[in-house]
Amino acid sequence: MAEIVLERLSHSYFPNPSSTRDYALRNIELKWSDGGAYALLGPSGCGKSTLLNIISGLLNPTEGRVLFDKKDVTHLPPDKRNIAQVFQFPVIYDTMTVYDNLAFPLRNRGVDSQFIDQRVRAIASMLELDSRLSLRAANLAPDDKQKISMGRGLVRDDVNVIMFDEPLTVIDPELKWKLRSKLKELHQNISLTMIYVTHDQTEALTFADEVIVMQDGEIVQVGTPIELFERPLHTFVGHFIGSPGMNILPVEMTGNGVCFHGHPVALEGTATTKTGKFEIGIRPEFVKVCSSGIPAKVHKTADIGRHTVIEAQVGVSSVNVISSGPPPALGAHIHLEFIPEHTRLYADGWIASEGGSG
Amino acid sequence: MTLELEGITKKIGAQTHIHETNLKLERDAFNILLGATNAGKSTLIRLMAGLDRPTKGEVFFDGERVTELSPQKRNIALVHQFFINYPHLTVYENIASPLRVRKMSRTEIDQRVRDSADLLQLGPMLDRRPQELSGGQQQRTALARAIVKESRAIFLDEPLANLDYKLREELREQLPEILSQRGTVVVYATSDPTEALLIGGNTALVHEGSVAQFGRTADIYRSPANLSSARVFSDPPINLAKIHKTGSKIVLDQHDWQASGDVLALADGQYTIGIRPHHVVPTAPSPPFVRIRDRVDITELSGTSSVAHFSMGKRNWVSLAAGTHPYRVGDMHDFYLLPEKCLYFDSAGILAAVGTDHG
Repeated sequence: MAEIVLERLSHSYFPNPSSTRDYALRNIELKWSDGGAYALLGPSGCGKSTLLNIISGLLNPTEGRVLFDKKDVTHLPPDKRNIAQVFQFPVIYDTMTVYDNLAFPLRNRGVDSQFIDQRVRAIASMLELDSRLSLRAANLAPDDKQKISMGRGLVRDDVNVIMFDEPLTVIDPELKWKLRSKLKELHQNISLTMIYVTHDQTEALTFADEVIVMQDGEIVQVGTPIELFERPLHTFVGHFIGSPGMNILPVEMTGNGVCFHGHPVALEGTATTKTGKFEIGIRPEFVKVCSSGIPAKVHKTADIGRHTVIEAQVGVSSVNVISSGPPPALGAHIHLEFIPEHTRLYADGWIASEGGSG
Repeated sequence: MTLELEGITKKIGAQTHIHETNLKLERDAFNILLGATNAGKSTLIRLMAGLDRPTKGEVFFDGERVTELSPQKRNIALVHQFFINYPHLTVYENIASPLRVRKMSRTEIDQRVRDSADLLQLGPMLDRRPQELSGGQQQRTALARAIVKESRAIFLDEPLANLDYKLREELREQLPEILSQRGTVVVYATSDPTEALLIGGNTALVHEGSVAQFGRTADIYRSPANLSSARVFSDPPINLAKIHKTGSKIVLDQHDWQASGDVLALADGQYTIGIRPHHVVPTAPSPPFVRIRDRVDITELSGTSSVAHFSMGKRNWVSLAAGTHPYRVGDMHDFYLLPEKCLYFDSAGILAAVGTDHG
């Protein structure tokens, strides 16, 4: 296990990159401590897989260094880095039994057979594969195959890091949910450094202690799931995290505050700049349906069981509201209130209000 | 337009893939097929679309028997999980392709292609080729091709499964608006319960080759006919436990509560209760509640919600609450079960009674 440091990493797939547009990754600075659970989160094309490939040694970065426990590994091949990887699709030996599949990464390293047995059984039991150890992998369901693939990543206790690249994409929701919890539990028990790459915010937020949100080859924000939810530093993070994401609404700066379609809105704190394109960010969880406030019209509702999502129209803007009450009628006129301590100001996309107590 | 399956079964060799199924789908409502992988959703779609023939039973479109008709003769459109477009054609030609086959006039084709493209926000992309588009735009192209020909039924087989989370959210929100009021039957297969609830409409729960239940999506969610329906339609998974009813008393391990309403009328004996994770909460609600003290095994805090796993006598229960709760793994914590939210299933797994406030 190791502390991982990424120093001024940039990568271009072109031989002679000239402008910033030629770079798939730009200026990545990160420090991951030993035993942490991290997620790289972003849409397709944001650079998260490029970053993963640089850490695993499949790619040599154009600029910058990768350090494992202060040792420069930037140009070491993958097999010299002592890492484990789990991919989107199962990587297993179909002709081998489940047991032999799990034992393979250890046998390959000449580990003593008693330790192998103990380790294989422990991992199999955590993944609920213990009843299938003697079956051939070929005969198993896709979900079980992916579990084996995960087990093969987890079985070694001497790796610097385990990297998961969209490991649950092909899994059904119920099992996805179980495996996600398993992984979380495994991390709590064996405390290896784990890096989890995904476009799925739910997976990232529930798995990781710290999430790195990426867009267009750059890191936009690093924070705990709660920090990213509560106070996104950029509107992209606000929109990307949460379902539905943060409402990002156009406002006008007036002498003593901001106005949203002519309605004054109280912010969490004072504005930190006077120039730029201003927007407010408020999460649907913090918009309340009230008897007075900003007049709005109900455009759409979805009853998702534990709460209702209301899409309300204010002028040309639509505002999502998460409400615990019964869904209002379509077309109904309602009033909205934005909870001030959760109302953030953004200028040109970046946070521009002083943090309150919220 | 209505689409009806009458006594459909599908066997391949000795294996039954679809058990006898009757289903009537109306136009303009979204009809969701919800079930796990391999439950039979795609097989049902293939039978409805005419890609496969049933072993037994009949398929009707608007009362007309179409069981032996090809997909072309049935006039249907199908969109798959994988974005299927002609790679050598532009977006415009991809969308126009079903109309060219019909030898429609050039002006009409142009009008229809542009209308469909506008609806799916592909206007500026018409001259590009599929590989120059993002995954979301490629799937929009496939969708535009499906709606351009005004088919009698549109089948969407997990159309969003291969898209990024946020794109999925965006397109899922737009699909009902795009597809409604076209007079077609829309059938949408998904394995995601939350997706079904967000779309609304009607849902057929598909489980092990059968339609376990069909009705308004929210109704089915609230009153699953049996245990398998309840399990298919819950994310996170529904908490289950065996209880014993004696008179007005319900006993679960060392906990007990008073039965009321329909539950009171149940015969004494053993039942399985199902209670959704958001009805087992970490802060005391207004009564009635049952307090459970247990060790927190795993926590998942996402800002918007807090999930805690606890053992509940080796059953692996889950609590889901809005907001952030300060759990610590390994600590003992109080959870409050809302007994009026419980679903009661008999020994055959059939819903026998529901709490008085199970919404």
